[in-house]
Amino acid sequence: MPEALLAARGIVRRFGGLVAVNDVSLDLHRGTVHAVIGTNGAGKSTLINILSGELQASAGQVLLEGRDITAWPQPQRARGGLGRSYQRSTIFPTLSVYENCRLAAQAGRQRFWHWWRDAADCAHSAGQARDALERTGLAASAATLAGLLPHGHKRQLEIAMCLAGQPRVLLLDEPLAGMGPEETERILALLQALKAEHAILLVEHDMDAVFGNADTITVMVNGSAIACGTPAQIRANPQVQDAYLGDGPCTH
Amino acid sequence: MKQTSKLIPMAVLLALAAFPLLGADYYTGLAVKLMIYAIFALSLQLLVGGAGLVSLGHAAYFGIGAYAAALLSPESEAAGLAWLLGAAVLGAAAYALVTGALALRTRGVYFIMVTLAFSQMAYYVFHDTDLGGGSDGIYLYFRPQLSLGGWQPFDLDQPGVYYLFVLACLAFTWGFLAMLARSPFGAALAGIRINEQRMRAAGYSTFPYKLAAYVVGAALAGLAGFLYALKDGFVTPELLAWEQSGLVLLMVILGGMGRLGGAVLGAGALILLQELFQSQAIFGDYAQHWHLPLGLSIIALVALLPDGLVGLPAQWRARRRAAAPPADAPEAAPAPAPAPAMPLHGEPHA
Repeated sequence: MPEALLAARGIVRRFGGLVAVNDVSLDLHRGTVHAVIGTNGAGKSTLINILSGELQASAGQVLLEGRDITAWPQPQRARGGLGRSYQRSTIFPTLSVYENCRLAAQAGRQRFWHWWRDAADCAHSAGQARDALERTGLAASAATLAGLLPHGHKRQLEIAMCLAGQPRVLLLDEPLAGMGPEETERILALLQALKAEHAILLVEHDMDAVFGNADTITVMVNGSAIACGTPAQIRANPQVQDAYLGDGPCTH
Repeated sequence: MKQTSKLIPMAVLLALAAFPLLGADYYTGLAVKLMIYAIFALSLQLLVGGAGLVSLGHAAYFGIGAYAAALLSPESEAAGLAWLLGAAVLGAAAYALVTGALALRTRGVYFIMVTLAFSQMAYYVFHDTDLGGGSDGIYLYFRPQLSLGGWQPFDLDQPGVYYLFVLACLAFTWGFLAMLARSPFGAALAGIRINEQRMRAAGYSTFPYKLAAYVVGAALAGLAGFLYALKDGFVTPELLAWEQSGLVLLMVILGGMGRLGGAVLGAGALILLQELFQSQAIFGDYAQHWHLPLGLSIIALVALLPDGLVGLPAQWRARRRAAAPPADAPEAAPAPAPAPAMPLHGEPHA
């Protein structure tokens, strides 16, 4: 197995007495969709927050292509190639859809001191933004205010903003939540197209989508990763069935 | 629409330039005060409307600019304009760099309190020490002069020249902030104002952006304070007081946040209202209670104009559209698009 693009080693995160993430390790490889599933409160979002640098881990390491980036703050990790989406749409509602993506793309070439330049003239960010909108199917809504988009399109926009930053690793926190079947199909097809170039971490509650599209699945329960394997292995794992999938007899 | 938004500032600029020709000295002085406060409000607009940083300590930088002008001017001759102006602007910027670096570690209401605390610190330095004459203030006896190798392009001692100099500073401030708003830096500030979490996730280290905006805003406030010191040649600690910070914040809110024109309109409205209610000619003895009608009219304006003075035309248009007779509705079946046509590069800037 080649070296992981992004790797977590023994990640622990405590909030006071609560252990939200307990000794979780996982590898993200280019060309694979790695899904993390688990009940609400299992620590999935906390894990994404630690990987993206929004939260500090209490213990453990995060490695980007073998380099220890545990101490990097979030913006530096983002510039290093970690793109993320949030469980709740996190966009710029009062800007146009296009400007949302252009601003995300501008992060790659910030030109902090170029005060005499027109931001709209930056060919790099304009190109990346148009590209991202094409890929996510939002090109027709480019001039709309992002806050006026229907919910599903906001989710798509967030992925578009991720892509506009040209990440190598995508950390997606429930990208399909609240999407209609057509939009879901579109995003899943996009993920399949993106995985050739990217390592993708997918936190998702839609089990059909997860088992149909993930190459590797990690199951989290109460902060711990209790199983990791292919969809077939996970489906057959009695521990997982017991803890999460609920296939066994209901004993409550 | 696009063209009128450019024509209006040009027309205002020309009208202001021609104003002293009317020969009404009192009103020319009032116009100078108004323009200085417009620069001051514009400098805060960069923080509040640009970066979403609500500061209640902005008067500190105004006052430092004014005190720098007064303290660094010799008593018996005129100082050099370039270095005195530079000292005022850099003095304000330096205090902002130090206090901003600390204040920007906090957010929201805590940021308001910390900026207030730092400005009160500066206030008491000037109020309670002999540095600038204590609570009595300090005089500036000679307006600075610009001299290029013996040649003097203009003489600020002439009221007309000083007036045009203030107007030029206002035009510069407006032009500079308009340029900044369109730049990648300005776009990033807008992003930080709207959603800082997303900006960090996209790869922006937001702290340097906010600090740079804070320092630039303070430098421009220092410019306004410098001009104020030249106006009457008299500087007191009250220029740094929190009432002054509140007043300029009110100008920004009243005028309309996020638009340059809003800051200028807000400054104009507050200065003129203050002038109106203080007028003995109109209100007689009641004029000494001018705070009351001023306060009431501010409450009324804020309540009636949620988008500020600058948002008034849009508010009128919306009302007229809502009040339009429904008789012609069946003809035009599709309702007008709810979203205004947006320039692709982002928010409409004045």
